[in-house]
Amino acid sequence: MKGDGARIALLHGAVLALLFLAQFVAGDYVQLSLTRIMVLAIYAMGYNLLYGYTGLLSLGHAMFFATGLYVAAIGTTRIGLGVPEVFLLAIAIGALVSLAIGGLALRASGVAFMIVTLMFSQAAFLTILYFGEYTRGDEGIVIADSIRRFGFLGMTVDLASATLRYNLALALLAIAMGVCLAIVRSPLGHVLIAIRENESRATMLGYDVTRYKLFAVVVSGTLSATAGAAYALMFAYAGSTLASIQYSIHPLLWTLLGGAATVLGPLAGTAVMYAVVDIASGFTTANLLAVGVVLILLVLFFRKGLLGTVRQRWLPWLP
Amino acid sequence: MSLLETRGLTRSFGGLTAVDKVDFAVEPGEIRAVIGPNGAGKTTFVNLISGRIAPQTGRILFAGEDITALPAFRRVRKGIAYTFQITSIFGNLPVHENVALAARAGKGNATECLTRVGLETRSGQVAGTLAYGHQRLLEVAMGLALKPRLLILDEPTQGLSDGEIAGFVKLVRAIASETTVLLIEHNMPVVMELAERITVMHRGSVLAEGTPAAIRADPQVQSVYLGTA
Repeated sequence: MKGDGARIALLHGAVLALLFLAQFVAGDYVQLSLTRIMVLAIYAMGYNLLYGYTGLLSLGHAMFFATGLYVAAIGTTRIGLGVPEVFLLAIAIGALVSLAIGGLALRASGVAFMIVTLMFSQAAFLTILYFGEYTRGDEGIVIADSIRRFGFLGMTVDLASATLRYNLALALLAIAMGVCLAIVRSPLGHVLIAIRENESRATMLGYDVTRYKLFAVVVSGTLSATAGAAYALMFAYAGSTLASIQYSIHPLLWTLLGGAATVLGPLAGTAVMYAVVDIASGFTTANLLAVGVVLILLVLFFRKGLLGTVRQRWLPWLP
Repeated sequence: MSLLETRGLTRSFGGLTAVDKVDFAVEPGEIRAVIGPNGAGKTTFVNLISGRIAPQTGRILFAGEDITALPAFRRVRKGIAYTFQITSIFGNLPVHENVALAARAGKGNATECLTRVGLETRSGQVAGTLAYGHQRLLEVAMGLALKPRLLILDEPTQGLSDGEIAGFVKLVRAIASETTVLLIEHNMPVVMELAERITVMHRGSVLAEGTPAAIRADPQVQSVYLGTA
């Protein structure tokens, strides 16, 4: 078990180190793409904690992502909060929203849980459109560069700087990865997996299953909101498309592609899917066709996703 | 004071009263068997005790404390362990992890419990790939790892071979030296060999209660259960 800890630290450290080094060889476009991938991967990692490890399939995570997105956008442009404050506020509100939604949605289970989360998320999406005066609906809010330039601990931080943005995204990704690793390798993480595998058995071992599930929803939702806030602040935009059902499905696909219940899977899945869409867009406007082909290949050959297959065949210790 | 006591426990499903005003008590340290023909209400009765379903009327006392309103997981923490009638393990997880999950909840020792049921050499194996008899033993190991004060075994020998049953009887007897066992069982030889007292259920009610010898001699029991009517 000790050996596993070292191997795990080495592997995940190596992935982060590679991403750090990538900025010195990547061109502007690839660097921007990687920045986006890293932020979206945080979202997918949060999703994976709930779906992959705890076995709860949510169809409404866009509402958590959008919570961070809009707290950041409205907080900076309308209320005049600073970027660091608004980022922390978005995380806190993300936690509260996921606590409230989780408390309600977890009264249902299985398919009903999926429908309830979908319903809440659609309600949130329609609310964003309804209050178009504040949210600017699908046109969206643009955060001016002047707001994104601020003093922090005596330094001037400019989020329009591609290099700074890249390294901030990498730092956030590293934190999210650390949180996920810490949770899934702890006794608590083992209980989450036990709930996924056999809920009634977990109950009859004396575990308060509902509380564990609520914990998973809150951490998952909070990570999603964190990613949303980072997305708005780094890319200077919040629009209702990012709160639509499509953005609830994305993290599910990324997680399935990369490997559910693997810590690195969501990152791999997000990167591959991003690249597929990006490359396909160069040839055709029907780029979703490429996504479809990838998903068919996934179902046919890699049912456990990329890293799930790696774990099954070669690296059983992969967390 | 009885370890477990039920007073007027009742549960019906639609028009069928599966458990009908049952008064029942188990003393600390005993091996008690609950028997009865199919549909007598045995499984509903233990589900009421373990908290998997709620009674309509009546009370359940555990070590003198009223636990009627407690959810199942809290009853487990109080010391009521339940092993499922239909094997319910974490099939995709290793054997050791199955028991470790129970041990962490109940402060038991996983390795020790695996050794007691004789599965220590299979601790790394994925639980779902164990032979059926071994899965039943794993269930018992999980129950033991909870360090229960009352271990409920719901038809533990169902589907086991004669050789496995003999081993099982020995194991239950060893377990009974340190905890109270409530055995729901169909297999009469097993019941007669293990139980100190037997409660016979019939159509949701307690028909008779006594030592194995007394139950065997009871003409009423013979007519409804042993089929000599």
